[in-house]
Amino acid sequence: MINFLILPILIPLITGVLLIFAAKRIMLQRWIAGLSSVITIMVSALLVQKVRNDGIQTLDVSSWEAPFGITLVSDMMSAILVLTTSIVAFACLIYSFWSIGEDREKFYYYAAFNFLIVGVNGAFTTGDIFNLFVFFEVMLMASYVLLVLGGKKAQLRESIKYILVNVISSALFVIAVAYLYSVVGTLNMAHISVRISEISQVAQPGIITVIAVLFLIVFGLKGAIFPLYFWMPGSYYAPPAPILALFGALLTKVGVYSITRTYTLFFYHDIGFTHQLLSILAIMSIIVGVIGAIAYWDVKKIIIYNIIVAVGAILFGISAMTPDALSGSIFYLVHDMIIKAALFLLAGIVIAIAGTSDLHKISGLIKRYPGLGWTFFIAALALAGIPPLSGFIGKLLIVKGGFEAEQYWGAGIVLMSSLLVLFSIMKIFINGFWGTPRAYKGEDTVPVRRMMIAPVILVAIAVLYGVGSEFVYPYISQAAETLANPNIYIEAVLKEY
Amino acid sequence: MKTNDIILQTATKVVLFIIVLFSVHIFFAGHYTPGGGFVGGLLTSGAIVLLLLAFDMKTVSKILPVNYIHMIAVGLLFSIGTGAGALLFNVPFLTHAFGHVELPVLGDTSLHTATLFDLGVFLVVVGVTMTIIQTIGEDE
Repeated sequence: MINFLILPILIPLITGVLLIFAAKRIMLQRWIAGLSSVITIMVSALLVQKVRNDGIQTLDVSSWEAPFGITLVSDMMSAILVLTTSIVAFACLIYSFWSIGEDREKFYYYAAFNFLIVGVNGAFTTGDIFNLFVFFEVMLMASYVLLVLGGKKAQLRESIKYILVNVISSALFVIAVAYLYSVVGTLNMAHISVRISEISQVAQPGIITVIAVLFLIVFGLKGAIFPLYFWMPGSYYAPPAPILALFGALLTKVGVYSITRTYTLFFYHDIGFTHQLLSILAIMSIIVGVIGAIAYWDVKKIIIYNIIVAVGAILFGISAMTPDALSGSIFYLVHDMIIKAALFLLAGIVIAIAGTSDLHKISGLIKRYPGLGWTFFIAALALAGIPPLSGFIGKLLIVKGGFEAEQYWGAGIVLMSSLLVLFSIMKIFINGFWGTPRAYKGEDTVPVRRMMIAPVILVAIAVLYGVGSEFVYPYISQAAETLANPNIYIEAVLKEY
Repeated sequence: MKTNDIILQTATKVVLFIIVLFSVHIFFAGHYTPGGGFVGGLLTSGAIVLLLLAFDMKTVSKILPVNYIHMIAVGLLFSIGTGAGALLFNVPFLTHAFGHVELPVLGDTSLHTATLFDLGVFLVVVGVTMTIIQTIGEDE
């Protein structure tokens, strides 16, 4: 079936529409959303296998041939990310069943949730730069709804900030695409790559470098790199745990993916400038993120700052541009999506029990909730990259790639950051789970066991992903090969080149 | 405060039909000439807004007992369904079918599945516009 790669976009889209009709019938909504989420996971797993067996999948939507129409392209990287997105979405969805509350469920929570997945999967799959913008907007619209739903004062305040930042960055995105179009005269990503290669045969023209930096600003705002992360700690702090997990695990990663795609497919002719800049920003992100993660005494804030650290580590690998570093980045990207979602969901349970996210007011949770405590511990170790858990291999490859590219400082900082990440996350464990148990108001009404299902699934996947890295590695290296060698991508899209 | 708006109300009753008819004309004019679902939808919602101005919300919801949010969903189903129909024939998503058909009264007519897609757009536009206007209007 030639339409196979559009199914992970189409299924959540149809589900979202159907859920609008079922808005007032909560059980029906849960069943529809849950079933469609499982189907999406299965379809995306099949898609990964298909890309593994048959190479890159493309679809010329509406039968307009590339490069004239919009083309959807599923290379290994996008297929893996779509699969990870589907898994994370499923976990956040079943976590929502017992924690999000009827008010939100009746006001189109599940519909907006599905539209968000449409946007994320679409952004990962599209092979057209303007279509990427469109899927960004789909994703952002849905995220506005999810952020503001509930209408608390903090949510409204942060929504205004979030919308302002994103409207400005979207405007910049269109401007950047317009610049690029005026230079190369095409929107198809593979075709853009060909055209840029043609005009960059001697040296990359200055205008292309300007556009590269402009794209870095646009995607950096979404992906929260230094110094454009300023909006994130506040905005992500406002919504409840499952929404926070979705945002933290998926939205910033779409920005990271877009930087990766544009910097490996378009702007690889002047690595000395563009990738040097990317590498400096990545290292600064790591430093700033680590400082934030150590400084705060708030469960949510600590994990939110850890997003910035992870984004920095992934982008450092991309900036090194060696095959090892690229595989490391992809490996780490997938790991981070899974483990961040798990950590946010676990933090959500802690906050639901304690009624606060302030670490000074939480202690001794492990006495009453040993399962929660140990799951959190494993997730914390995985995040910091203790072997054989999932963070280890990704970081190892990134550091190795960094040394190969002779970026000793950067690689050293990535290594050091692991230690400080471990410290920041252990701070939650030591202060929140150890110590004298306290009684919290209303803790008996929290369905801890049911809420544990989703994070346990995610942590189990993260452990398997680390232990079974021998099995996963061929997929990752296939993805990295496409990134390292744009011709594979171009040939798959524009058959005759 | 009760204002005397008999002129507005009487005029609306006539103008409304002209606007709606024109929006239908614009809707079908689309594809080959300027027009289409989006403009047509905006014109239709313009007509309903005029009705809202001349009368009040209660009267209008009695005349048009429509759940506009469901209207958005129906519209989306039309558009997605037209696109997804291509999956059944194993051609790329959103590929359209068209041709000339001999119809009983109209004679030789050009039919295009893009019209169904546009009908979806039309419904979404009307639904979204009216949802926004109603939500703002309810605030008072």
